[in-house]
Amino acid sequence: MRNSWREGRFSIEILVDILIILLIGTGVLFSAVTALGLVRLPDVYTRTHAASKSSTLGVLSILLGTFVHFWFNEGIFNTQMVIAIAFLFITQPVAGHLIGRAAYMTGIKVAEETVRDDMGPAIEKRKNNQQEELENE
Amino acid sequence: MMMFYWVSLFIVSISFAGLLFRLVKGPTVADRVVALDAIGVTLVSIVALLSLIIETEFFLEVILLMSILSFIGTAAFAKFLERGEIFDRDPR
Repeated sequence: MRNSWREGRFSIEILVDILIILLIGTGVLFSAVTALGLVRLPDVYTRTHAASKSSTLGVLSILLGTFVHFWFNEGIFNTQMVIAIAFLFITQPVAGHLIGRAAYMTGIKVAEETVRDDMGPAIEKRKNNQQEELENE
Repeated sequence: MMMFYWVSLFIVSISFAGLLFRLVKGPTVADRVVALDAIGVTLVSIVALLSLIIETEFFLEVILLMSILSFIGTAAFAKFLERGEIFDRDPR
């Protein structure tokens, strides 16, 4: 054990393991928070909030932990993991936004506890503008 | 270390069950689409943890494919909910 400490391999391995445990622990925590939010929150929009933000961070942390493990412990630098991490980081919030917008356009009611709704007046304003343009033509 | 991976896989599987509950119960279609999107993301993390447990790097190609397919599915579902058709020529 003392030999491996002197060579520096032992401490590096422990540091990498600590890093992996921190990353994967964060990811698992946020995955659990996602499930809790999807089960407990009252309407579609708040559920979209839970699903898009926390699940993005959770899967990013778990993938980073896997990437670090395969890089330092196995010596495999997997490029597809990097692409997957970047892709998920970009597209997951976009998907949440798409679902929320589609839900509002379909006419799903917001929860009773909602304090203010900015989307309804914006849609009304846009419709009025389009009608005025049609009348001017 | 292997114990930690197993415990992580267990917790992620429990959260997967919670998402399945929302997928089955969800009052509206949009709820189910949200749950499906989150299920795709959770499947990606389950595959990552499995590749850590089995100690093989061949599962890592599944991750990119699954994330792409999940995003395309979600976008198609959102467009279908909004307009009623996925491919249309109407420029708006």
